[in-house]
Parts: sequence; structure tokens; C-alpha cells
Amino acid sequence: MMIKPPASNGKTRRVRKAGLVVFCLGLLLGVLALSLPGLDSGIAHAAELADTGADTATYQPAPKLTAADYPTIKGVNSRIAVWLAAQLHLWFAAFVLAVPIFVFIIEAIGMGTRDKRYDNMAYEFIKVSITAYSFTAILGGLLTFLLVLFYPHLFQYMSSIFKESMFYYALLFFLESATLYLYYYGWHWLQGGFRKWVHLSLGLLLNAVGTLLMFLANAWVTFMMSPAGVDPAGVFSGDAWAAIHNFLWNPINIHRVIANIAYGGSIVGAYAAFKFLSARKSEQRAHYDWMGYNANFIAISALLPLPFAGYYLTAEIYAYSQQMGITLMGGVFAWLFIIQAVLIGTLFLSANYYLWCGMGRSDGAVRYHKYIKYLAIVIVGAFLVWFTPHTLVLTNEELKALGGPYHKYLGPLGIMPAKNTAVNIMILFTTLSFIFYRRANKVATVSWASAGNAIQIALFTAGILNIFFLGVYHGYFTNTVYKVAASIPQVLTTLTIIVTSTAIDAFMYRGAKQVAPLHWGRVSDRSQYALFLLAVAFTWLMGLMGYIRSGIRQHWHVTNVFRDASPDAFTPGLGYAANVVSVGTILFMAMVIFVFWIADVSSRKTAADAYWKTPPA
Amino acid sequence: MKIPRLLQAVGVIVGIYAGFVLVFDYLLGQVIPSSLLSMYMFFVIAGVFMVYTFTEESARELVAPIKALVEDPSKKRIRNVVFILIPLLVAGFTYQRMSPSFEAPVELRSIHPAPPATVKAYGKRYDLATLKNPFRKYEKAKPEKFRELVREGGDIYIQNCQYCHGDKLDGRGPYAAGLNPTPLNFQDVGTIAQLQESFLFWRIATGGPGLPKEAAPWISSMPVWQDFLTEEEIWKVILFLYDYTGRRPRSWEHE
Ligand code: HEC
Repeated sequence: MMIKPPASNGKTRRVRKAGLVVFCLGLLLGVLALSLPGLDSGIAHAAELADTGADTATYQPAPKLTAADYPTIKGVNSRIAVWLAAQLHLWFAAFVLAVPIFVFIIEAIGMGTRDKRYDNMAYEFIKVSITAYSFTAILGGLLTFLLVLFYPHLFQYMSSIFKESMFYYALLFFLESATLYLYYYGWHWLQGGFRKWVHLSLGLLLNAVGTLLMFLANAWVTFMMSPAGVDPAGVFSGDAWAAIHNFLWNPINIHRVIANIAYGGSIVGAYAAFKFLSARKSEQRAHYDWMGYNANFIAISALLPLPFAGYYLTAEIYAYSQQMGITLMGGVFAWLFIIQAVLIGTLFLSANYYLWCGMGRSDGAVRYHKYIKYLAIVIVGAFLVWFTPHTLVLTNEELKALGGPYHKYLGPLGIMPAKNTAVNIMILFTTLSFIFYRRANKVATVSWASAGNAIQIALFTAGILNIFFLGVYHGYFTNTVYKVAASIPQVLTTLTIIVTSTAIDAFMYRGAKQVAPLHWGRVSDRSQYALFLLAVAFTWLMGLMGYIRSGIRQHWHVTNVFRDASPDAFTPGLGYAANVVSVGTILFMAMVIFVFWIADVSSRKTAADAYWKTPPA
Repeated sequence: MKIPRLLQAVGVIVGIYAGFVLVFDYLLGQVIPSSLLSMYMFFVIAGVFMVYTFTEESARELVAPIKALVEDPSKKRIRNVVFILIPLLVAGFTYQRMSPSFEAPVELRSIHPAPPATVKAYGKRYDLATLKNPFRKYEKAKPEKFRELVREGGDIYIQNCQYCHGDKLDGRGPYAAGLNPTPLNFQDVGTIAQLQESFLFWRIATGGPGLPKEAAPWISSMPVWQDFLTEEEIWKVILFLYDYTGRRPRSWEHE
């Protein structure tokens, strides 16, 4: 990157000072994080304990409650109230944490390429997230109130263990808000040379604080699933780090970071589609088409590794507790996983459809049209395997015809190795859609173009064969331990193909000839609905999976430690849960549309000259 | 003559549907469950739609006949026929769906419900998270002793279990045909191959009556073996189940 050295006049010096302040703030944050009493290592803490005497005696075991210990409000179902507040808070939080991640990247790209369009787009993204940010905070407050109100004992127990992290969490929120506002409102002020660097650093700080906030909240949630730092009666050992760093903390951290990016991408994609569909001028359409494309690119890039993060999380849940694992995948919740599989497939399908539609932006794409149907056949085929359930829903007649609940040919498609194979194939072919899309308006001019193509074909063929071999061999001819193990080389194969072929493509199409120009804005409305579908499917999916994640604790507030004795401690039926999540999704979508709309309102002006007194001359 | 796109699309969808039925119901002799088939077809239709509409021209061609039907004045007669026929078809379908039949309702029964954290059997409490097969250690330490235990497990199996689970452990014992739910097939990749030994211990010791709520209705005929076999006998028969089928119990330690 080439950045001109700043001229050292008075103004830049001031900016430099500002930069220094920001830097110090960041440093302070780092020191703060290190010196959080609860966050240091267990050893140090033990030493501290030895100093202050036996501190542990002050902690109470988890209370044994009865239904009378849960306050109620007439006409309000406390569980659903908490459920919806938590879910809405999470949706918004996921969105506002994700947007700064890619805004930071886009801003950096803009700085590197000196292409102002990137900077404008990054600004527009962050603008959308500003209103959403206040929703996040309001809903977070609502959730806290509802917890204190309806589950006071649980809240008290949790806060006795997480007192430090809750305290610093609240403080960090100030820092988060300050940085966000500085980042957003200072966007046009901090432009050019050194100031831009300061701005970018603010973005980095914003992301650091945001991620830290989420990790802390994740600790509370995962503690409830896989408690650590407490004895079987729930008596806290006093080691806050152990409680934070519990068994499922990191798997959830990883899964949430990746999922948030994909989710944030899909929501801003919906925003771009919204603006595209309501735009009247062709430049506007071009702009929002381009923005939607980039948002979709972000969403899909993060979506590709997501199944693997999910798989890791599930494996860890199994490893933590067989009971939880079976509840998750084999028991009541198994049916929700079928819905999950359907929704994930929908994500892949709509993302691919969007790409195919987008090829219409260039006349050069006609060369690739004939391949699309093969992509579709493979992706849909893989998708059918991916959602084939392990236990089939059979009518009695079918049961009799089959002679049992197992299907000789479809049954084997129900287990993990088949699904892993399918999802890897699905990911590879989505990558292929991308490659076609990128090539749509270009012809490679390098001398080794045909060799390069041959290498890529060979790469894909070998990789797909390898994935099949691993899936079939390890899935059906070895035991369970290897079934799990087989998924890793499969993933590695997929990743290798994606990375290598993208690299080859990048070199091959360097300085490539344009067949036909790319017309941004020349894309069908249908493709924009695909972007909407992506956002809605994502939201619904997160709601359902979030319910499962929380629901596998069954009748426990804190698994095996703190029992939920409220009248609502049952595991709801599928229809009931799906209804709550659907209502949540609709509420969220309504709020999001409000956010989109309000982002638009600020730029509208109504001339009302006649209304105001003419100023005295 | 070029076939109109709409007809092509419909042809592809019908063809795939017929293909599923033909392959599964006739060629392979294992019916494809209607619930699954409707899910498959939903996404097949979505896929076909995607392929036929991703370019402007193609999308226009696809809907052209429908548009013409609605807008073209010369097609008035067909239009009227279609506009009467479609609501009738929908009504007929709805009637069919809603009218009661003798078919028992479909049950979403989970075959592998989550085990409880602890199990009561033989007057003791077992913690399923830590429960291990006491004989498993001999597999490496004393192979001869292990073989002997497996053989004893085999005898127990033949004396007690094969009537239902079959002498090949494939769930097709002489009584199996009369039971619903059917005895499980231990050769299948989806049963014992993905369970831990403690899970099997729980299921064998407490049988059908020991199933938790989510495995309702409690119609499983699996007997309560703690009434007939000793604790050791159950562990031995578990050894046999894995040994005979060549499967390994699920565990998280790599060997
Ligand atoms: C009367 C018939 C009958 C007999 C005899 C019988 N079983 Fe079963 N068994 C069943 C049925 C039916 C099921 C399936 C229950 C269900 O779906 O919930 C079952 C399930 C099981 C399961 C659970 C497998 C899984 O994947 O969850 C195990 C293990 C098992 N039987 C072992 C045995 C053993 C060992 C014996 C002999 C000691 C035995 N069974 C004897 C009928 C029988």
C-alpha cells in the first residue's frame, strides 16, 4: 500500500495527537483486559486466594427452587418473553458485531486501491448498523430486566459467579459506543493520509471491543450448558477464569464469529436489495447492485466454512456429554435438524441463484450458460442427501412395506459421513459458480491458459473423488471413531481446492481481456428477492438453532447443577418452538425494515419555505 | 420443433418424480417414504425453476404461455376452462387431504432417545457419563480371556435375543415381523455403531419400560433384562454385539 507521508503542518499534528489518544485508549483496553481480576490465570488466582484466606466458603450452592420462586405477571408467559427478548437481542447483536468486521476490511481495501467507491460503501454499511446498534442495547436492557424480573434466583446465581465479567462488560459497552460513534460520525472528518490511518485504527479497536464483549456474553451462555469452576452442588470455586473458559466456550466463540459475519453480510445484502428495488435512477441501481453483490460475497465467504464450525461444535457437545449429544442429534431435536438442513440448503441455493442471475451483467457470460444446469443438478442432488433424515417419517403402510423403520438405501444417507460428503460437494460447486461468475466477462490472455484450465479441472476431479472415497470408505467400512476423523481430510481437501483454484484463477486472469463490459444494475428483480430470501432464511435458521442450543439443557438452568423448577421447564413441541421462532423472525424483520427506512429518512428533505417567517433583511 | 420452455420444465419435474418412484419402489424394492419424496420434489422444483429463470430471456420464455393465457383475447375459451379447472383441482386435493382415513397418524418417535444422566438398575444407581464396560480392558490386556467372554456373550445372545434381533443380528429374528417398533438391526450403521456401551447397558437393562418421555408411545417390546440376566451377562452380550458385527462402540479416545 502506498500512503503519502503526511505534510507536517499544524493540522496533522493535531490529528497525530488524536491518534496517540486513540492508541493509548487501545493500550488501556489491553491492560484492562489483562488485569481483570476474573480473567487472569487460575494459578495467579489461587495465589491470591491463599493470601486472602479461604474465600470459597462465601459461595452458596445452586438454590433448589420450587415453582413459587418464579415471579409471574398475569397474562405474560415469562419464558416466551425472555426467549423473544434474548433472540431479538442476539439477532441485532450479531448484525452490529459483524458489520464493523467487514466494514474494516472494505475500508482497508479502499485505502489500498484508492478507490473511493469502497469507502462510500463501507460508510453506508456502518450507517445501517448505527440504528441497529441502539436496538441492540435496548433489547439487551430488556432482556436483563426480564431475567431479573422472572428468573431472579438464576440471575443472582449467575451474577455471583460472573460478577467481574458482568461489571466489566457494562463498562466495555461505553467504550464500544464511544468508538462506534467516533468511527461513524468521524468518517468524513478523518479522511486522507494519516487521518485515514487513525480512522482505520478506530475500526480495529471497535472490532476488538465488540469481539471481547461477545466472548464475555458467550461465557455466561456456555457456562449454563457446560458448567465449569463449580462443584456438583453448584458451589463456585472462586476461579472466574475456569467458569469463563468452560468446555463449550471456544467452540461457540468460533461458531458465532463466523456465523455473525455471514449473517451481517446477508442483512446488508437485504438492505442493498431493498434500496435497489426502490431506486429510480440507473446510477442508484448500479450502486446498490454492486453493494448487494459485495454483501452477498461476504455472506457466502463466511457461509462456506460455517458447516465445519458447526460440526466442530456438535462434536464438542457430544464429547462433553453423550446425553446432550444424543438429545441434540438423535432425540427430539433431531427433527429440527432436518429443518436446519433444509434452510442451509436454501441458503446455498439462493446464493448460487444470485450468482447465476448476476452473470447477466455481462454479455460475455453466455459462454457459461450451458454449464449452469449441471451445477444445479449437483448442488440440488447434494442438498437432497444433506437433508435426508436418519429416522424417516413413515406411514404405517410404508413401515410395513419396508419391514422396519430402516431404509436399506436411504438409511445410510442419514448418517454424518454422507452428510459431510454432500456438504463438501455443495461447497465445491458453489465455489465453481463463483469461478464462472468471475470469468463471465473475461478471456484469459496468459500463454498457459489452457494448461491452467486443465490443472483446475484435474484439481476439482481429484478432490471430488477423494471426498467421495473418504466419505464412503470411512463412513461405511470403518468404525465410528474414524467416521468422525474422516471429516477432517474431507474439509482439508475442500479448502485446498478452494484456495489453490482461486489462486490459479487470480494469476490466469491477471490482465485478462474483457469480452464485454460489466453493467452494474443490469440484473433481474428476482435475484434481489434471492438476497431477501437469504436474509430471512438466515434469521430463521439462527432462531431455530439457538433454540436447540439452549433447549438441550432440557429442565436445567445450569446443566446438572441448577434445576429449572418453573412451570415452563418443559421441552416444547416442535410446532410450538417453531411458532415462537417464526414470530421472532417476523418481529425482527419488521424492525430491520424500520432500520433500513430510517437510514433513508435522514437524507430526505421537504421544502416548507412558506411555513417559516422570512428573515428580516 | 422446439418444445416450449414451460413444457420442458414440467417434463423434467414429472420425469424426476417418476424416476424416484420407479427406482425405489420397483427397481430397488424399498419404497420411498411419501414425506421424503414431497420434500425432495419441493427442492427439485426449486432447482428447475432456478435453472429456467436465471437469464432474462429464459424467464420470459418460461412465463410467456402463462402470460398469453391470461392476457391474449383469442385464448378466451381455454382461459375460462383453466380458470374453472384449477380451483376444482385444488378443492379436490384439499378434500382428499382433509377427509379422514383409516390410516393411523404418523408418529415422530425417536428411536435413540437421549439417555438419562443416571440409571437405576439392580438396585443401584449408575452414572451413564462415566459407566464403562468392565470387560473392555481385556481386549488388549488378555486377548484369550476376552475371546472367552465374547463366546459366553454369544451364548447369552442365542439363548435370549436372537428370537427378536435375529441370528445374524440384523433385526430379522423369527418374532420380528410381528413387532412394531421392530427389533433393531445391529448391523446397521445407525444403531450400536454410533452409541457408547453405557447407552446399550441402559437400553438392555431397562428395556422398553425404561424409555424416557420422548420415546413415547411406550410400545417397544424390548424386555427388561435386569430381571433375567446378571450385570456381567449384560456386559458380555454387549461385547458380543460389537464383536460379531465388527463395529466399535462410540468413544472419544482415538486408539
Ligand atoms: C421381544 C423381542 C426382543 C428381545 C427378546 C430382545 N429385544 Fe432388544 N429390542 C427389541 C425392540 C423392539 C427394540 C427397539 C425398541 C425401540 O425402537 O425403541 C430393541 C432394542 C434393543 C437395543 C437398542 C439398540 C439401539 O440402537 O438403541 C439393544 C441394545 C437391544 N435391543 C439389545 C437386546 C439384547 C442384548 C437382547 C437379549 C438379551 C435383546 N435385545 C432381546 C426387542 C427385543
